[in-house]
Amino acid sequence: MLADKDRIFLNLYGLQDWGLDGARARGGWDNTKAILDKGRDWLVAEMKASGQRGRGGAGFPTGLKWSFMPKNVDPQRPHYLVVNADESEPGTCKDREIMRNDPHLLVEGCLIAACAMGVHACYVYVRGEFILERERLQAAVDQAYEAKLIGKDNIHGWPFDLYVHHGAGAYICGEETALLESLEGKKGMPRLKPPFPANMGLYGCPTTVNNVETIAQVPDIMRRGAAWFAGIGRPNNSGTKLFCISGHVERPCNVEEAMGVPLRELLEKHAGGVRGGWDNLLAVIPGGSSMPLIPAGADQADTLLMDFDGCREKKSALGTAAVIVMDKSTDIIKAMTRISYFYKHESCGQCTPCREGMGWMWRVLTRMSEGRAKKSEIDMLMEVTTQIEGHTICAFGDGAAWPVQGLLRHFRPEIERRIDQYSANPDTLGVYDPPTPMAAE
Amino acid sequence: MSKIIVDGTEVDVPPEYTLLQACEAAGAEIPRFCFHERLSIAGNCRMCLVEVKGGPPKPQASCAMSVRDLRPGPNGEPPVVLTNSPMVTKARHGVMEFLLINHPLDCPICDQGGECDLQDQAMAYGVDSSRFKENKRAVEDKYLGALVKTSMNRCIQCTRCVRFMTEVAGVPELGAIGRGEDMEITSYLERALTSELQGNVIDLCPVGALTSKPYEFKARPWELAKTESVDVMDALGSAIRIDSRGREVMRILPRVNDAINEEWISDKTRYNVDGLKVQRLDRPYIRKGGKLVPASWPEAFAAIAAKAKATTPQRIGAIAGDLASVEEMFALKALMDKLGVANIDCRQDGSKLDPKFGRASYLFNSTIAGIEQADAIMIIGSNPRLEAPVLNARIRRRWARGDCLIGVVGERADLTYSYNYLGAGPDSLAQLLDHPPADKTKPMFILGAGAFARPDGAAVLALAAKAALSLGVVKDGWNGFNVLHSAASRVGGLDLGFTPGEGGLDAPGMAKAGALDLIFNLGADEIQIEPGAFVVYIGTHGDRGAHRADVILPGAAYPEKTGIYVNTEGRPQFGDRATFPPGQAREDWAILRALSDALGARLPFDSLTQLRATVNAAHPHLARLDEITPADAGALANLASLGGALDKAPFVSPIEDFYLTNPIARASKVMAECSAMAKARALKAAE
Repeated sequence: MLADKDRIFLNLYGLQDWGLDGARARGGWDNTKAILDKGRDWLVAEMKASGQRGRGGAGFPTGLKWSFMPKNVDPQRPHYLVVNADESEPGTCKDREIMRNDPHLLVEGCLIAACAMGVHACYVYVRGEFILERERLQAAVDQAYEAKLIGKDNIHGWPFDLYVHHGAGAYICGEETALLESLEGKKGMPRLKPPFPANMGLYGCPTTVNNVETIAQVPDIMRRGAAWFAGIGRPNNSGTKLFCISGHVERPCNVEEAMGVPLRELLEKHAGGVRGGWDNLLAVIPGGSSMPLIPAGADQADTLLMDFDGCREKKSALGTAAVIVMDKSTDIIKAMTRISYFYKHESCGQCTPCREGMGWMWRVLTRMSEGRAKKSEIDMLMEVTTQIEGHTICAFGDGAAWPVQGLLRHFRPEIERRIDQYSANPDTLGVYDPPTPMAAE
Repeated sequence: MSKIIVDGTEVDVPPEYTLLQACEAAGAEIPRFCFHERLSIAGNCRMCLVEVKGGPPKPQASCAMSVRDLRPGPNGEPPVVLTNSPMVTKARHGVMEFLLINHPLDCPICDQGGECDLQDQAMAYGVDSSRFKENKRAVEDKYLGALVKTSMNRCIQCTRCVRFMTEVAGVPELGAIGRGEDMEITSYLERALTSELQGNVIDLCPVGALTSKPYEFKARPWELAKTESVDVMDALGSAIRIDSRGREVMRILPRVNDAINEEWISDKTRYNVDGLKVQRLDRPYIRKGGKLVPASWPEAFAAIAAKAKATTPQRIGAIAGDLASVEEMFALKALMDKLGVANIDCRQDGSKLDPKFGRASYLFNSTIAGIEQADAIMIIGSNPRLEAPVLNARIRRRWARGDCLIGVVGERADLTYSYNYLGAGPDSLAQLLDHPPADKTKPMFILGAGAFARPDGAAVLALAAKAALSLGVVKDGWNGFNVLHSAASRVGGLDLGFTPGEGGLDAPGMAKAGALDLIFNLGADEIQIEPGAFVVYIGTHGDRGAHRADVILPGAAYPEKTGIYVNTEGRPQFGDRATFPPGQAREDWAILRALSDALGARLPFDSLTQLRATVNAAHPHLARLDEITPADAGALANLASLGGALDKAPFVSPIEDFYLTNPIARASKVMAECSAMAKARALKAAE
């Protein structure tokens, strides 16, 4: 369990002042200039040494990402830092707490990250639905400008402007290149990669897109040292992480824990355990709705370690560390159908497999949740998910296919049972009967 | 150059090549829907997926990834691309299945059937039955105007049409609304498209979502005879393919000609087809008692001969129209020479261009493709959007690439790109004389008929030439003095010297009341001949010229005859025959040959081959088809020194109505509809 002294997000629950004075009292903005003075190379090296992996879902090493930015800044092509605060993944609510209750962590992190990448302008793209968060963040930014902590001519000697941009609430705008498109005023549709944002990002200039939590951890990493951060958690999965625990637990909550904490310990220490006891657990989604679920069981959820590699071992992923707990009262097929509907609704429609596949998956799942399907369609659905996965422009297709794959992988008997049950009662609605093909009605 | 191995074949390609291009260089065919070489890359259909080694471990869209994005192997081996591995085949089958699940599969009633990319590729990557048991998506059809018919159920959202309208046509009137499976291509407000190039979206559409409205349910592609020809609706000479069935022209499609039209054509070129069938003159007529009555060829010839005998060569004239081919103008000129007539003119619009100023004074000297190299373009007295929409698209592309200054002297029109407006008339042009030489390497002037088809046209030409020389538009290795014609026959006529001889009258002079007794009118419908003269009209349609005629000799329209047309660059091109003229109508050269007999001045050729040999002997450059014989830029210096009095009147583009510029277009119902819509739009905009 994470010791209190190792916590980064000291005001996660908003019990203290969110403003500048509060942030200073918690150790923020303390001699930031000394950190910046260590120079760009030191900052990137320190970030690499900390082993922090991106907190937005993909888990890409932050230091490595920063090092992709060109060493020399071409005056024609300024560098940009874009902070992804378009937190829309169902189940995830960590970034909003940071922006709401500890926004100065983010502001200070932006300044340090900017200095590490030769950036003088940073955009924070805040999700459309986050009204209070945007206001708080803007207020914090204003406070920082006021105190000359940031701005053209600030006390840290690194000219730096921070702009808070308000999105319009599309899930896909959380994809980094769609976010950049949206920021540029275009339709939020992911770009083709390569070129990657580090080469051609915002307005065609080198850009790094980082998650709010990633950036908010930066000041503490720099202040306390990479070794401290790397010492928490397992190798290659270091540091602390905000876990968002929701679903069938006694006390759903956000909590900061060390990476690699066992799922059971996480739930029982902080969330009061699974409703009705650990044995009542049906399945858990470890990282937000786009990750495959992990069912209860000795070699599954019981032994799950909550970090990137731990989840990978169970054929899932840590994602945003939004733990969605489902107990045995859950209609798991219906739950996955609902998630599938979400992805159908949020698909941007740009590329074929995602545009056409999402609706197909959702419709088949809808029938399956009633049992109005054929058993052969289970394999067909699995194949459809593999036809989407890896064939799309962005990772949305993968993220929508995985939860369905998780369902089919672990709950096939449940689907078959429901189909049997449905066809055993032919009088209720009629057995599913495929429409007779008719030529051009 | 980078080496890359495609399916085991090593090829050496430029590093900026996309994988798709590299694969094609290696002979591997890649299916695609959204990719089009003249549009930006969307990468959204996912049909062109290939497997790469030295890149990410999942299938990659070959249209979007370039060769330089791939890393060489650990020992420096070239990157490997596989186009037929199991991974690729599975990916393409998957994408094809997705494309087909919501596609209505109504090929039997779809106009695209037989020339549909989706149909073709489904043969390669589709399966015979569907696993999709749900209801198909239904999408409302959109109204896009009189030319483009939509059937949006068939749309596969490749966005080629959106990209074409935005990037090439420059009128962003199409877009996609909604997202996910609710994404729809639409004109947003159910308004007709306004672009003069909108028909091209039909060719671009890989499925039957956008089809030709006038051609709706008319024919199947395999029934059509395909004739490669050139267009005469404007002076570009765009490459076209005339599709005909029996004696009927069914449709006109563009052909690829990178030097001129790339693969676009204007709507007028594409949709004048129905005008070829109506209002046609299919027998000779003679005016008796104020009325045109049908007659036989000998009667008509006899009436003309009687008139010719009754007058003197000084009172005879000949005007050639906008759609005439080189051969018939040559034949008419030869006939007039034999009769001793000096009153001949091919410039019915009254333009002052003249072969005596040198060939460089009336050609698009830098060539159309030269626009790509220009770094400054001054448009003088022209509205290229109306006079040559395809050329305008090229100017727009040059502008969009950046670093190209565009200025306009003349009408302030929406050209689909931004420009510096310098003024309306000759005064503004004269200001350019004081300007120091432009700091541009390849500046360009584009002169339209608005500048030189006016009484002081010669003086304006001289002024423009002077400005061109002082600004460095004409210099060693670069001649940017460009004349943009709006009539297909004009350069041919000027090349032949179809202009007034010693003491001869020009076209407006001939048209004046009482100027002449007998006028031979070879399809000149844009000029009003005052009462008095006896007019022999050789033409195709019952249009202005025929209404004024005293004798009508029915000729052949451009798809009905072979002929050479010289485009605005001075490039002779061969227009082939797709069908035959209707009824008793004959090819124009043959009419003139027969007429020469009747007039007792027999022309020295009995076949088109002989005629062509005579033309080629007299004008060797016309024999070099598809080649430009560059004009001597030195002539412009002489032109510049001419000077002359200038009028203050502003330059006005000669095209009042883009859709109705010639008899064929005026006969077309489709063009009339387009014209009415354009007028209504203009009225509404004026409100």
